[in-house]
Formats: sequence, C-alpha cells, structure tokens
Amino acid sequence: MYKYDNYDQAIVDARVEEFRDQVKRRLAGEITEDQFKPLRLMNGLYLQLHAYMLRVAIPYGTLDSRQMRMLAHIARKYDRDYGHFTTRQNIQYNWIKLEECADLLAELATIEMHAIQTSGNCIRNISSDQYAGAAADEVADPRPWAELLRQWSTFHPEFSYLPRKFKIAVIAADEDRAAMRLHDIGIHLVNRDGKLGAAFYVGGGMGRTPMIAPLIKDYVPIEDFLSYSEACLRVYNRYGRRDNIYKARIKILVHEIGADEYRRQVEEEFAHVKTLGIDPPAAELERIAAYFSPPPFESGLSDDVDRSDPDFAVWLDQNVKPHKQAGYAIVNISLKPIGGIPGDASSAQIDVMADLAEKYSFDELRVTHAQNIVLPHVAKRDLYAVWQALNAADLANANLDLISDIIACPGLDYCSLANARSIPIAQKIATRFADAERQRDLGELKLKISGCINACGHHHAGHIGILGVDRKGVENYQLTLGGSGAEDVSIGKITGPGFDEDGIVDAVERATEKYKELREPGERFVDTYRRVGMEPFKEAIYG
Amino acid sequence: MVEHLHAEGEEPAVTLDAFLDQSNATAVRLEPDDDARALIPHLDRLALIEIAFPKYRDGRGYSSARILREAGYTGELRAQGDVLVDQIAFMKRCGFDSFSPEAPLNQADVEAALSRYDHVYQGAADAAVPVWKLRHG
Repeated sequence: MYKYDNYDQAIVDARVEEFRDQVKRRLAGEITEDQFKPLRLMNGLYLQLHAYMLRVAIPYGTLDSRQMRMLAHIARKYDRDYGHFTTRQNIQYNWIKLEECADLLAELATIEMHAIQTSGNCIRNISSDQYAGAAADEVADPRPWAELLRQWSTFHPEFSYLPRKFKIAVIAADEDRAAMRLHDIGIHLVNRDGKLGAAFYVGGGMGRTPMIAPLIKDYVPIEDFLSYSEACLRVYNRYGRRDNIYKARIKILVHEIGADEYRRQVEEEFAHVKTLGIDPPAAELERIAAYFSPPPFESGLSDDVDRSDPDFAVWLDQNVKPHKQAGYAIVNISLKPIGGIPGDASSAQIDVMADLAEKYSFDELRVTHAQNIVLPHVAKRDLYAVWQALNAADLANANLDLISDIIACPGLDYCSLANARSIPIAQKIATRFADAERQRDLGELKLKISGCINACGHHHAGHIGILGVDRKGVENYQLTLGGSGAEDVSIGKITGPGFDEDGIVDAVERATEKYKELREPGERFVDTYRRVGMEPFKEAIYG
Repeated sequence: MVEHLHAEGEEPAVTLDAFLDQSNATAVRLEPDDDARALIPHLDRLALIEIAFPKYRDGRGYSSARILREAGYTGELRAQGDVLVDQIAFMKRCGFDSFSPEAPLNQADVEAALSRYDHVYQGAADAAVPVWKLRHG
C-alpha cells in the first residue's frame, strides 16, 4: 500500500485548512451559496435532496484496516451509522453537517485520506482492478501507475476547469474488472519486449450517450506516461465542447472529430509537451512500486479446503476467486443482501471487514466498482474462519455476479438529479430472485440500475440494465439487454416501451425465463442474448 | 502576492483577428476559443496578452496561458473576467502574472490562497518544483 511522505501529507493537510476557511466564510455569510458551490464541489461536497453528501476518495479502491476503521468512525460520528460504497470505488456519506465537514476531513487526513477531486469538472479518483496484486492474469500491479496519475492530477493547474468531469481507469490484466473502456481514459498496461507500457483508450463513457473508448495509442512507455496523459487532456481542455453540458465529455469530442483526428492532435501536442520535462524519472515509479510489492506470502500452504459445511461451500464457490499465490484466495464480500441497499454498510460491518483484513489479508481491502469489498490475500486455511465472521455480521451473501448482486445508483431517494428511485427497484428484484438456487441456476447475470440518464448505476453496461425516467410526473423504467463492462464490453439495447415499478420486475423475470428456455450449455445470459438477438426476448417480455 | 491588477487608462487590447491583420498593436486579447498558437510568430513584439474568462467554469484560458509561456512569451499575461480568488493560484501556475477580475477580490484572501500550498505535484509554467523532483534531487 502506498504511504504518504511529508510532501503528500503537507498537501492534504493544507487542503483541509483551505476547506475549513472556505466553510467558515460560508457559515459567516461572507460568501453566498452560489459562490460556495464551486468551492465545495472541488472537494466532494454535494447538496442533495435532504442534506449535504460527502464523497471520500479511495484511490484505486485500496485501503488498509486503519483507514477502513476510520470510515466506520466517520459513519458513526458524522453520519447515521452507515456509509455507501460507490461505483467509483469511493465511499459516500449522505447526512453530513456543513459545520462539521472540516473536522471530518481533518480526521481523514490523519490516516492519509481526503475528498480531493471527488466532484467537479476535474480529473477524478483514479480507478483500478480490485484484484490488483492478487490476480493470476495481470502483467503487473497497475496501482503504481494509478498512484503516479493520482499525484500528477491532484490540483493540476491547467485541468481543474475541464469541460466536464474526467475519469481514468488503469488495469493490467486480460480480464477487465474495472470497465476500463467505459472511462474517459482507459489505460491497459502491456508488456512489450519485457518492458511495461500503457495502451491508451480514450473517449469512453456512459451517461446519455454511451461510447466504448477506441484505442488511441497501443504503447506509451513509462518515460512518456505523464506527458502523453497531459497531451490527451490538453487537446480535450482546448477543444471539448462547452456549449452543452450533455455534449461536454471527451467521448463526444473523440466521436465528433474521429479517433484518427484526435490521435493526430494528441501526437502533435505530445511532441511538444514531451520537451517540457514533466515526466518524473523512472526512480519515481520504482519508489511508488516498492509500496506495492507483494506481501510476505507463506510458501508451501495447502490448497485444500474443508467443504463439509454446505453454506460455506456455496459461498466458497460463488465469492472466492483464485489467487496467483498457491495456498491463497481472493475473498469477495458482497454488500448486496436480499432486500438491502446495494453498496451500503453499517459502521459495525465496516469494522468487521477491517478486523478481517488485519487478521487474514495482510491488512488490505479493496472496494469494487460493483459496490462490493474484497479481501485480496486470504490463506485458504483461513477461509472458513473468515466466512464465519462474515456470516455473523450478515456479510456472507453468496451472490457475487448473480442477479441479486445489483449495481444501483442512490436514485431519487437521495440524489437531486434523479428522475426515479433505484434502490426500491433493486430491493424488489433481489427479493423476487431471493431463492439462492434459482439465482445460481441463472448464473452470471449483471444487473445494473440508474435512476436517471446520467447512468451512475452503469445500466448501459448491464447484461440487464434498468433506466428510471420521469414520464409525465410518474416514474417509469426502461429495460436494456446485452451490455457489458468487462473485456467483452458492449452497450445494452432498449427492449421497447418502459414499465412501472412492478412491471419492470416482471419484465426482468420474463427475460430470465426466456434465457433458461433458449440457453445452450455453458452460455451466460448475455451470451444467449448475443446469439439469438433481441426479438425472442422482446416477445417474451411484451407478449 | 498578485504582481499587479489591471491599470486603468491603458490602450485597449485588440482582438486576435485585428492583431493578425494590423501589425503594430502591442496588446492583444484572446477569447476562450481563440488559438493561442496563432500568436507564437509574433510574441517578440507583444507587451500584453489578455486572456478572457467570461465564466470561471470555462478553463480554456489555462491552456492558452501555458502554451504562450511554453513558447517563450515573457510579457504581461493577464486573466480578465470571471476570475475568482480560488482560481488565482492555478492561474499563476499556468503563467498569468496579472489579474483583472470583474468583481473585486479581497487582497487578504488572495494572499492566503497563494500561500496555502508549499508543494506541487506537477510541473507547469511557473517556477514551482514538483515533489518528484524534490524526492529524487
């Protein structure tokens, strides 16, 4: 795990004091809400339907137990005893008091955390693969590259007032667990002649105009990494549209001028930027990478696991994934209990997860973009003890990647942008499919719900997606099929007319029944859809 | 410390088009969608480049400023318009050395904003040394 040095700490501490001063000016009435808004929005503080919401950055979704415990402490002290893990691998608190916000940030700073650039039209938290450092299919740990980007993008003077927000993901594995090509920039680390470099995909995104990022550069060596990033951003800052908020993301620029023309402009800018000396020496990546060196794994551990407890065996098969180190496994903790709110965890649960990480996972946790938590390095001999502790805390939901492992945005229950509620739909669908065997029979089925066209719930990337819209003052839900945020990335297509709250649950059920009827051995829902197309599903859904 | 605020009564800066047509002006004003690189052949005879910020959210002027400094421009570089106290530090890092905000700024707030951070993470158009350089000498 990365550790702050004095420079990192000084920057975060200064930010706390700056924000304290800004809040003080607001509370004293020296600045209006209109003047305060751009300031708080540079620091993850949103005014939602009922209260202020604070989004805390979890860089590339990696935490240690000390940080995790602080997140629980903050939920207890400043919020209503729970936090909400987000699709950007961050955590949000929904009930924050403005006058306490600076103290909260000061507490976060003591454990090397902050809320810098978790909102605003700037470069947001860098996301990554939740199995980084543990997955067998990675060429390297992507997080040192993500940390380089975190530092480069923090308070970047040229790119703090971009046309729109800007999201970067970095992965290094064949399997894409971070929806890399649905980011403004998706970076895939690759090996060339034994030397690591970065493939740049630029111009992906969801929102009202979903796009899959095209490949802009197949290999950028480490010595050009930040210069190339800077060139990509400068072209966007200069030529991205600013006349219409819905056309301001980089995906629209790349789409309108074309990937070839965008690449040409970036290459031209890069040739210039490269002369400025903004790339740190290789020693800086090495310094950062040293913090991410593998933990002291024991060798010679057994791969055998006692499966005699049937409930444990079910969880083992569903939520535990192979680790690159013999004798170890990756544990996924699902924050999707049947009937619960996707991504929510109580303070007590957050503490339990912190304790387990400290005791069994070399003090590390990860947050996933699917709003779950990962213990990345658990010895197989400890899996049963981990499961028992999770089970006692209602955290042993054995539904990873099944239909009830739903991504949902906060929706109209919290969000001032939403047109419809997302959470109750997620709860109803999970409840309809509560039967564990039925879920397992349906297999991998990624269901994602957004409460408005901004697509924070990733509905475009759902094998089944649901989009809440407002139709003449009534909540209405559109259904999409065939999306994916993985390495088989695709954008879902709308089935047809929308449904009311109960109707959408029935429609999802009819789609799954049709899949069971049509599937061939080994086919996932999305595979069957891709093979047979929309028509059979449409007939089943609309009759 | 802000070097200087806009002096009253000076010759107005001409538009980019007017500047490129007529050649004796020494002050030019760039709108957000003007290409700063069009000025690069003429930097020697410019004493003032004013960059307009009609809305604080429109950050194109930051790139324009850096491009001009990167090309070797050493004259006055002024940010004019919707310039807010919390942007001045970023503007200075991008090479601005004078400010003409539409709404007056409190000088104490400006100085507090400019002295807030001792360190920066990245190189830009100012003299600040990025922390990676401090770490590796």
